Amino acid sequence: MQPAQFAFARYDVRLDSETDFVGWRGAARRLALNEVRPEDINWHVAPGSDTADLPAAPAGAQLTVPRDFITHAETASCHSDPDRFAFLYRMLWRQRIEPKLLAIASDPDTRRLEAMEKAVRRDSHKMHAFVRFRKIGEGSEERYVAWFEPEHFIVERNADFFVRRFTGMRWTILTPYASADWDGERLAIGPGAAKGDAPAEDDTEALWLTYFENIFNPARLKVKAMQKEMPKKYWRNLPEASLIPDLIAGADEAAKDMIARMPTTPAPHHARVQARHWPKREPAEVPDDDASTISELREAAKGCRRCPLWRDATQTVFGEGPDNAKVVFVGEQPGDQEDLAGKPFVGPAGKVFDAILDDAGVDRQKVYVTNAVKHFKFEPRGKRRIHSKPNAGEVQACRWWIGRELDLIKPDLAVALGATAALSLLGKAVPVTKMRGRVIEREDGLRVFITIHPSFILRIHEPADKEAERERFLADMKQVKRLMAA
Amino acid sequence: MSALTVREKLAILSDAAKYDASCASSGSAKKDSLKSGGIGSTEGMGICHSYAPDGRCISLLKILLTNFCIYDCSYCINRSSSNVRRARFGIDEVVKLTMDFYRRNYIEGLFLSSGVIRSPDETMAEMVEVARRLRLEEKFSGYIHLKTIPESSAELVEQAGLYADRLSINVELPTDEGVKKLAPEKKPETIRLSMARLRRKMEEKAEPTLRTKKRERFAPGGQSTQMIVGADKTSDDGILHTSARLYGSYHLRRVYYSAFSPIPDSSSSLPLKKPPLMREHRLYQADWLMRFYGFSQPEILAGSGDGMLDLAIDPKLAWALRNRGWFPVDINRADREALLRVPGLGTKVIAKILETRRHRRLRLEDVGRICHSIAKLRPFIIAEGWSPGGLTDKSGLRDEIVQSCEQLSLF
Repeated sequence: MQPAQFAFARYDVRLDSETDFVGWRGAARRLALNEVRPEDINWHVAPGSDTADLPAAPAGAQLTVPRDFITHAETASCHSDPDRFAFLYRMLWRQRIEPKLLAIASDPDTRRLEAMEKAVRRDSHKMHAFVRFRKIGEGSEERYVAWFEPEHFIVERNADFFVRRFTGMRWTILTPYASADWDGERLAIGPGAAKGDAPAEDDTEALWLTYFENIFNPARLKVKAMQKEMPKKYWRNLPEASLIPDLIAGADEAAKDMIARMPTTPAPHHARVQARHWPKREPAEVPDDDASTISELREAAKGCRRCPLWRDATQTVFGEGPDNAKVVFVGEQPGDQEDLAGKPFVGPAGKVFDAILDDAGVDRQKVYVTNAVKHFKFEPRGKRRIHSKPNAGEVQACRWWIGRELDLIKPDLAVALGATAALSLLGKAVPVTKMRGRVIEREDGLRVFITIHPSFILRIHEPADKEAERERFLADMKQVKRLMAA
Repeated sequence: MSALTVREKLAILSDAAKYDASCASSGSAKKDSLKSGGIGSTEGMGICHSYAPDGRCISLLKILLTNFCIYDCSYCINRSSSNVRRARFGIDEVVKLTMDFYRRNYIEGLFLSSGVIRSPDETMAEMVEVARRLRLEEKFSGYIHLKTIPESSAELVEQAGLYADRLSINVELPTDEGVKKLAPEKKPETIRLSMARLRRKMEEKAEPTLRTKKRERFAPGGQSTQMIVGADKTSDDGILHTSARLYGSYHLRRVYYSAFSPIPDSSSSLPLKKPPLMREHRLYQADWLMRFYGFSQPEILAGSGDGMLDLAIDPKLAWALRNRGWFPVDINRADREALLRVPGLGTKVIAKILETRRHRRLRLEDVGRICHSIAKLRPFIIAEGWSPGGLTDKSGLRDEIVQSCEQLSLF
């Protein structure tokens, strides 16, 4: 219910300054609680005045608005639009019955509020970017002074940024409506100033202009893109902007000149540099079938191009272990961690494998571990790499390396961890779950023990099933240990 | 030869650095000088302090320590066979220049790169020393980006990460064959290993240490890389494939694409023409689709025929025109993933649509008020009171949209 005596009254609200948000908030609260409609209020800025003459809030009355409205309104109140205080009151008024107003992005008032905030934030950002200090004085008298012309009333809200950044410096930023001064300990907001109050030059500007001129690439002229981000209204206080017209005018010529200039003969020092640092172009490649030790074979495998998997992988992940190991474990392929480290079985599955080998009493230092495929095959998904199963062609290409590893090590037993390893070792697909725990003798006499890949254990979610599978794998490893001894 | 002045060196060594695309000062941990009483802060969001007429932001003092180089990469102005004027900054000079520029608010920090002189370790050690002095002697808390030399030692990389916000290693070209041909002394294998080493180091340092339970600082702005576009024949599909691999494998924050720009005293093995700027722009848009819009790399150009991005329209619109079966998408019902596929809808606009539609159903004109241009959108969405009918499958739709969007006039 609107009290009758206020029905035709018009209120003149006088705020203390262009940035007197606290004054606006107090007045708006009292007026809204007294049911004063937006059209009955005139908002002014008149320094030195107060809002004591406005009606007090009725005792016990409460005004609730969505919490983030205050934050939005505070930002928008820095806008230079003279109508802003009236507009913000109207927003407040509407929200008494439309509490979700700020969530309606298509509402014209919400859009206007958003546009005002955006303009203030953008101007603030440009102030952070385009303030240019000039140094005056030396030693203990050293000070940095800037003249800046913001579009909105943003000196107060931006001062903290400059304090955080230039804490160890004495500085002053002068603008037409206010100034900010930091003496190294205290921030003071003072009255506006004129351009003539700031220093007119600084020797370092010559270096800055040199930099600006030379970092510009005339072959990529995009004047509109520049002006979109650095509108002309800011140019008059940017020392480097004086160079822009000439750089643009000369760009086409400069770019054509770059293109037209014929390649010249190599610089005089070039031959000397080549002779000293790059004596032979092609590194001596280790021919892969000449390798007579595992470490020579590992070297040869670094440049393997037998299938295309090298293209996306970081490196060849070769086998690891003693040359005379009694048993060779063969996995599927390296994973994410193995690809980065260049070592087999160092990722999550490798950790499971190590722990179970340890439980089974098998010394990992005495066995040789390797993979059927020596490059990581994956699909990128954002910042992750999803393991892809190597195809038969890739397994076949890599069998060459497995063959050479087995030739050089001559183990008593090979353990196929999973289907890919079994395919590689036996040359044909084998149903692993059915054949698990069996030993197959190859034509060359090598015994191959079949089991699962330890990553299978990691993929089981149900704890009881996981534990059961771990036990089965442990039993397999104990059998491997017995076979090693045999 | 008389000694060069600092200004002459700056002219040579900034000219030499301008072919590096990145000038980003974003994505690092927040820090300021309130406690140290020094100079500098990083606020998360980068700040571009100026713009050159090439439209590129100037955020960092981007210079080379020296442009003497023992490598002979044909696309590079600093290759050893080039007749470009050479110069070399002293460590003191770089430190002073950085501080002088920073105090005047010209820059956010330093992006230091270098030609390789004598040995990779010696050059890297000098770059690390610049960063060390800035941090410890000048109490500088601004942004530092160091270009890492792939062959340098693990100890130096570790120190670099201690002082720098971001480290980067350039892959140079999208394929190993390209690197071998145009940069014969560079080893693509070493570049990969270095990036892998950086990722492992970053992951290791992200874990709290056992003793202090604190995380050690190590390049909080992550690692990035750059590849040159248009110096070899790799298709856009091939380039994006390489990017997807790099993001997945080494957790890069950014892959920068640099349209090959003719350089003075150019090598005869390279195309002498204006840089393909539109192609570069489309690659960045496609890169965004992979990182923020849920597109997998192969999807972007599947069915395009030549594996090249359409220069006249953006990659999402091009994808939508090839995959019209996905559309129309109902603005009032579709989930975020489906909305992300709609041409003309960006992540921010989608967030607003999702919030607004909790309170009211959106009409076409409501969507028009929230987004930038409805012309691109109309054939692909259903809104309250609007259905595109046969428009979605109309032939000639591409040309109609191109005309109504005036996309081409923007560049």
